[in-house]
Amino acid sequence: MKELRLMKGNEAFAEAAIRAGADAYFGYPITPQSEVMEYLMAEKPYERTGMIVLQSESELGAINMVYGAAACGKRALTSSSSPGISLMQEGISYIAGSELPCLIMNVVRGGPGLGTIQPSQSDYFQATKGGGHGDYRLIVLAPSSVQEMFDFVSLGFELAFKYRNPVMMLSDGVIGQMMEKVELSEQQGRLTNQQIDELYPWATTGKKPGKERRIITSLELDPGRQEKHNLKLQEKYRKIETTEVRYETLHCDDAEYLLVAFGSSARICQKAMDLGRSKGIKIGLMRPITLYPFPYSIIEQLSKQVKGILVVELNAGQMIEDVRLGSHDRIKVEHYGRFGGMIPSPVDVLYAMEKQIIGG
Amino acid sequence: MTQNFDIPEIRTPENLVYKKTSVLTDNVLHYCPGCGHGTTHRLIAEVIEEMGIQSEVIGVAPVGCSVMAYNYFDIDMQEAAHGRAPALATAIKRVFPEKFVFTYQGDGDLAAIGTGETIHACNRGENITIIFINNAIYGMTGGQMAPTTLPDMPTSTCPYGRDVKIMGNPLKITELLAMLPGTYYVTRQAVHSPALVRRAKKAIRMAFENQKLDRGVSFIEIVSNCNSGWKLTPVQAIKWLEENMLPFYPLGDLKVNGELVKKSE
Repeated sequence: MKELRLMKGNEAFAEAAIRAGADAYFGYPITPQSEVMEYLMAEKPYERTGMIVLQSESELGAINMVYGAAACGKRALTSSSSPGISLMQEGISYIAGSELPCLIMNVVRGGPGLGTIQPSQSDYFQATKGGGHGDYRLIVLAPSSVQEMFDFVSLGFELAFKYRNPVMMLSDGVIGQMMEKVELSEQQGRLTNQQIDELYPWATTGKKPGKERRIITSLELDPGRQEKHNLKLQEKYRKIETTEVRYETLHCDDAEYLLVAFGSSARICQKAMDLGRSKGIKIGLMRPITLYPFPYSIIEQLSKQVKGILVVELNAGQMIEDVRLGSHDRIKVEHYGRFGGMIPSPVDVLYAMEKQIIGG
Repeated sequence: MTQNFDIPEIRTPENLVYKKTSVLTDNVLHYCPGCGHGTTHRLIAEVIEEMGIQSEVIGVAPVGCSVMAYNYFDIDMQEAAHGRAPALATAIKRVFPEKFVFTYQGDGDLAAIGTGETIHACNRGENITIIFINNAIYGMTGGQMAPTTLPDMPTSTCPYGRDVKIMGNPLKITELLAMLPGTYYVTRQAVHSPALVRRAKKAIRMAFENQKLDRGVSFIEIVSNCNSGWKLTPVQAIKWLEENMLPFYPLGDLKVNGELVKKSE
């Protein structure tokens, strides 16, 4: 008895938040993700599950509300698009420094600056290399379908609470706006305050008599202690790198040429791969699902098998740096990208593969 | 410097007339001697103890001199980014409507970098308490100009005095917030004399009691001194406060029970 629905990516994300038992969503409207809050407000999640939905005065307000709720051990989330995510970087750095779990979705649009409202993947560096100030990492999930816009919400919360770390879903205007069939999962219950107290001994829920008070802070003026805190964070990131890598491979077993792409680009590449194979060119596709931790080892493995790699991104060449690191420049690794909201067709991708990798 | 002020023969139960509230920790305050932060901390802690709500309070510390306020209150606390305390408090109160939530903020935090968060939390009528310490200067960073620095008052970033034509006017944010429908109680207090301390404590008590009513923000400005930043001795600083700060920032209630207080001239 599957519950199926035709939904926009942004709507699937919003419905998933309610069904994942989220406690609070805070956001500020920005194209192309405004449907998230519109859907939530129309659905009245405060009646369905008791979930709080609040439109803040800015993205600064939204991310700091997420901080406050997350510090209470609540499942808090927000969503925005590129310029708004830039504003949130201050809060994200504090949330990472204070080791709080939360979910942030970026429905990426083209930049820099106000840029465009059209889809792009130009926030890869910002999402995967830290984004704000200080040495920190976000766990970054890259949905490439409306189904994954739904599924990655509960996965994101699971990872966020497992590691006490912010999780970002790096989506884009294509995935956010397009409609696809979604299989909905069942409603999960929200945790009670008592459950939160038992599960999260760090959460500020009010000091219990005879117990130590709980403080959520990212401040430590003593350099020795601050270094220790940083080392602890780095240890956590190494653990994430060894245990949470996720990717998908298609036709890689016999591949002579490899396409590497995430999110909406991977959907275009899938078609380009099929077109290539129909012409007798053995193309495989590797799609990173986690952009951090990046699947370096599968790149390394495949770089020993294939003759060349084409990295396809809706940007000027960002993930290609990680692909090159993984391949150790053993083989030719080239980038093909469009930006500013332009989207290549599968034919464009196949042509680039033939020209830049096979013929090059 | 290493005198022991403890005199056991005096410290006997029958002589005990006053004692440190249990809601303050034993950590030594890092505030400069003569500063109003310590007194205000104590008043908040006493109110929490007297109301018996220690396990029900969540506080939010700012960035500024009181950035480490969480070292002194024996309650659960969160440390906000500069100016963002009202956003955190909004979320805390919304996920825990039954708890008592307060922010503790200085003038730079609340009235400069956090103006947006302050105004919108107040305008939404969040059911929280905001304690605002106004000493007209940035103390922690070494005495720079604040949004509340008085006209012609010198600071390290206006060493020849605040020229309002160039640097803009001091912001009377408390008057501004009193006009918003979301504020329920707005008052301006001070803590540099015993009578004022008693009055300020009553105001803080009311601000916390108001949270039970769910009527909106209770906002308390404390006009304080910064003898270090003002380059004055504590005694001179209090005199300067009375002669310069209080005429510009007059003490008293601005809004009570959601009604603006009419000034009787």
